[in-house]
Amino acid sequence: MATTLPPPQIAPQIDVEQDLRPHDGNGGGLRGLGQEGRGLRAVKDPSGEPTRTGIWVGLAAIAMMFAALTSALYVREGAATDWHHIVLPPILWFNTLALIASSITLELARRRVAAFMRGQESSRSGPTLWLNATMVLGLVFVVGQYMAWLKLRSQGLYLPTNPNSSFFYVFTGVHAVHVLGGLGGLSRVMVKFRRAARPLRRSTIDATSYYWHFMGMLWMYLLFVLWAKL
Amino acid sequence: MSEASAHVVHHGPPTSFIRKHVFSLDHKVIGKQYYALALVAVVTGMVLSWLMRIHLIAPNWPIPGLQWLSKVGAPGGVMTPEYYLSLMTMHGTLMVFFVLTNAPFAAFGNYFLPIQIGAEDMAFPRFNMMSFWTTFIAFCILVAAFFVPDGPPLAGWTAYAPLSAVGKDAGPGEGLGQTLWGLSIFVFCIASLLGSLNFIATTLDLRTKGMTLARMPIVSWAWFITSCIALLAFAVLLPACLLLILDRIGGTSFFIPSGLNISDHLQPHQGGSPLLWQHLFWFFGHPEVYIAILPAIGIVSHILINSMRKPMLSHKTIIYCMMGIGFLSYMVWGHHMFLSGMNPFSALVFSFPTLMITIPATIMTLIWLGSLYGSNLRINTASLFCLGFISMFVSGGVSGFFLAQPSIDIYLHATYFVVGHFHMVMGVAAIFGVFAGTYFWFPKMTGRMMSERLGRLHFWLTFIGTYCIFMPFHYLGLAGNVRRYSAFTDDFLVPLIPVHKFITYSALFTGAVQLVFIFNLIYSHFKGAIAPANPWEATSLEWSTPSSPPPFDNFGGKHPVVYHDPYQYGVKSSTGDYLMQDSPERAGETP
Repeated sequence: MATTLPPPQIAPQIDVEQDLRPHDGNGGGLRGLGQEGRGLRAVKDPSGEPTRTGIWVGLAAIAMMFAALTSALYVREGAATDWHHIVLPPILWFNTLALIASSITLELARRRVAAFMRGQESSRSGPTLWLNATMVLGLVFVVGQYMAWLKLRSQGLYLPTNPNSSFFYVFTGVHAVHVLGGLGGLSRVMVKFRRAARPLRRSTIDATSYYWHFMGMLWMYLLFVLWAKL
Repeated sequence: MSEASAHVVHHGPPTSFIRKHVFSLDHKVIGKQYYALALVAVVTGMVLSWLMRIHLIAPNWPIPGLQWLSKVGAPGGVMTPEYYLSLMTMHGTLMVFFVLTNAPFAAFGNYFLPIQIGAEDMAFPRFNMMSFWTTFIAFCILVAAFFVPDGPPLAGWTAYAPLSAVGKDAGPGEGLGQTLWGLSIFVFCIASLLGSLNFIATTLDLRTKGMTLARMPIVSWAWFITSCIALLAFAVLLPACLLLILDRIGGTSFFIPSGLNISDHLQPHQGGSPLLWQHLFWFFGHPEVYIAILPAIGIVSHILINSMRKPMLSHKTIIYCMMGIGFLSYMVWGHHMFLSGMNPFSALVFSFPTLMITIPATIMTLIWLGSLYGSNLRINTASLFCLGFISMFVSGGVSGFFLAQPSIDIYLHATYFVVGHFHMVMGVAAIFGVFAGTYFWFPKMTGRMMSERLGRLHFWLTFIGTYCIFMPFHYLGLAGNVRRYSAFTDDFLVPLIPVHKFITYSALFTGAVQLVFIFNLIYSHFKGAIAPANPWEATSLEWSTPSSPPPFDNFGGKHPVVYHDPYQYGVKSSTGDYLMQDSPERAGETP
């Protein structure tokens, strides 16, 4: 005999306002864009989770890609009779400092934005300042990397010259493309932070900052590999 | 059915034609787009295999019209040996990437994963749209290789370096054609990475109330595990393609060794490692096999349980087995390289996990067979294709035992035995999974039933036909018939030509039989009987949507609440012998 469960174990009537944070151990579920047009502070961050999960998953893929490139470098070195060490352009150390500094400024920006969202900070100008600083430092890094390429070129080291220069250009190039992607994400955060309609969500700036910090750590790892191997 | 009334959507209903059917954000439309692309690719790939098969038994016979495809490759309609290799390369690439990856994973996964977990759409609808259109661009780039002066590449779908890396000197098609191949696969990798990311985030975060991970249907689990595999596999192929393209157009020497003299040209490269390409490629390539087969395993298990009207012996074990296969798939890539000149000790190391993979595969097969034993199986086209899948999976899997052992593989490597093995276990088996899924879900996707009579005709002819094609391959391999030769008329293989003739006739026949399927697909889409809401009396959430096909937000602005494990069959309830996942009813005792 079929019987009816009294009452349904999981509340069938779900209030939108209360249920925007769907953390009940039963999986995510309800999410949406939240209440539009009620200003930044009205948004209760209804849909953070996929953005945060997505960025971690994306970082796993990027890590895997660089693991593959690193193993390629080791195998290629093992097979090589033409391994010529190159002197890393000194500007790389300056670029590294710029990238580390940008991580710090972004973290400051993230906290100020969070404070603004909670209503503890009155104006947008403080967080915006730190966001701008991050953007500038990021651009400094990319331009610095380009100058490192110019330096190698002036020494007659082009992409096909030897395996060391090939790997140098590939590693720094692929990393720079990802940093440019991060700058794109950062400018999206800055645009969203300023506007009232479909405003910035915590999860967006969190995800952007995870990505950015990862780019910094990845660069230090790559720098170590380049320094030790090339 | 009890539903939450929260009305939250993350994109509105599409209004314009373009938004509805072309650049749609709706996962259902994107799923259908993937299916359509796979259909175009599979027909193209099949026609290519016909051309190859005809050439194999009649190398001097001009194939009418072929000269229009390539004047250089097929003067007067008779293809050159190089053009045969080009067709083989394109056949493999189209089938592996654009059919076996797209149809069971991207197409059905896109359509049904969000519905089965009670979500309105994928986590990132824009990414989703982007992944399809990126895949489409990759397809166009690949097909463009047919229309460049030297024709398509001839290095095989595995694009072994240095053949694929040195450029024009290596033969026709190794110029622009091979570069287009590299570019196409590069773009395809990006699309697949975006897609996998979306699948993972969707599964982890968008499950509806009560839909715990343990309550997800097997097939959703299969898509989830597949997307995890694809994420890491394509992340390796992507940089590999980048390095290959750089070797071709950037003058680097990642894969090209010193002192290569090809077509009387000393190649300017030095120091590269051809084995490096094989390592990178197969690190992707072997997991790719499971990207093709795991969704099919999921689809077949899902449909079989429904047709048996009782739970599997242990559906959780199947999920654990799929995880085990996914994990092991990363440790076995070297078994493709036993004869590559790799250290023989590595061959032993790779042989061991390869043989281990048979354990989860065997457990799954035993669960299917054990569950079928004594069950009251409902015979329809979908369940027939599931049985056909098991048959193919076992027949193709058994030959894997032999190939996994280096000492036996030395003899069988690069023979038709290998071709028979992988066509059965990954090609035909996965396609049978897609057929089963199509017959099963067609009513949900279109609101109409497919013709059962045509479906069964299609099944039996395809089942017999594919065995006629691929079983003799094993015999050819044992007899020493090497792969990739375009003709056998002048050597010791002449006595085997009758077998080749049999295979070619079977291939022409089985290919033609697929017209029945395509006719059924088109006819039923417009004229099929109207489908009831739950034609298979199934339990999972895709049958709880208010209409077939479901509205743009899947559940009509409501969110289902899940109360049960996915497979409540063989129980007493007000609906019959099953309980829907979102039914608040409690099951009575087993009748």
